[in-house]
Amino acid sequence: MSGLDGGARASSRAPSASSVEQQSAPARLRVYRHKPGAAAAPRFEIYEVPASAGATVLDALLWIRRHRDPGLMVRHSCLHASCGTCGMRIAGREALACVTSLAELGPGEVTVEPLANLPLVGDLVVDMEPSYARLRAIGRPLVRESELRPEGRPAEGIPGPTRFEDCIECGLCLSACPIVATDPRYLGPAGLAAAWRSVEEPRGGAVGRVLALADDEQGVWRCHTAWECTEACPSNVDPAGSIMRLRRAIVLAPRPKQ
Amino acid sequence: MSERELGDRDAGPGRPLDRRRGVAGWVDPRGRRLGGWAFILNRVTGIGIVVYLYLHLGVLSLLARGPEAWDAFIAVALSPLFLFFDVVLLAGLLIHGLNGIRVTLTGFGLVLDAQKALFVALMILAAIVLLVGAIRLVEVG
Repeated sequence: MSGLDGGARASSRAPSASSVEQQSAPARLRVYRHKPGAAAAPRFEIYEVPASAGATVLDALLWIRRHRDPGLMVRHSCLHASCGTCGMRIAGREALACVTSLAELGPGEVTVEPLANLPLVGDLVVDMEPSYARLRAIGRPLVRESELRPEGRPAEGIPGPTRFEDCIECGLCLSACPIVATDPRYLGPAGLAAAWRSVEEPRGGAVGRVLALADDEQGVWRCHTAWECTEACPSNVDPAGSIMRLRRAIVLAPRPKQ
Repeated sequence: MSERELGDRDAGPGRPLDRRRGVAGWVDPRGRRLGGWAFILNRVTGIGIVVYLYLHLGVLSLLARGPEAWDAFIAVALSPLFLFFDVVLLAGLLIHGLNGIRVTLTGFGLVLDAQKALFVALMILAAIVLLVGAIRLVEVG
């Protein structure tokens, strides 16, 4: 049995000799398995993974895929909490698997599930389109000021920066939000955080449309201040705080005369 | 904004349209942080207070049945079990009311960076008032 020594990150960094030597007790992962359309019902499967110091949940999942079940569906890319593609529920909390240390989760079985409130593609992979749709609805994605400078221009062939600054579009906030759990039309934490940035720093643009979109029963007023989105966010976007600031802006905004 | 516009689209045969957690997502205690517990407490106490309101109205209707009916109820109200439910009611009112102050303030975009500390402080206040109130209720009993 080959050990789990950070092999999942082999493309970005080689495992250190010390991490390989510091073999600890095997990690026990309880992994959600289901492929929609397949005959097998949703289930959890238990895997024992030879964990070493510094190993992450993503390391463990990719070890399972290499050594136990190549059919396990896991999505990842950057391996350093930048792309937002490996979001999942780990031990009941939304997290990026690439930066969630097995050691920090402590001893005992660790349950790994796909993000909630999003359509399942298979096993630990969900369809992110509902999350992207909420950001598109705002229509005015913001980027860092530095990206507007000439040296920050996008590469040839790319029309322009299109991402909401800091947000890595991982969908953790949508999964963590208890309101999204019951209301599919709620604009949601990431979308409303993007709306707040448009209002907070309009950069010459009109904010009326964004305020009107947010000032809706499916907008800022649907939030019930559980703050789970802010807690789950791996990128310090603070969606809940943004929603509260947006409420204040809406209340204080001048009203058109009847 | 329509559901379809938000991308809640048909994802093909055999594929769940959606995996919303439903009401379980409101009360699932796994992985909850402080704000999540405050959210759960506000819902549980809110439902409890609404139920109490209707019970209270039912009890008040005893007044229409004359002094005997009311006196009989008062005798029950002084029983240890009833006094225990009074303490539970007081706890619900304190938690819901005091947390409501926090929700109101944050809803206006105020004390956002201190919302956790504010919740802890208000719950400590609730515990102190509850302790004093429980002692008074036991004395009455």
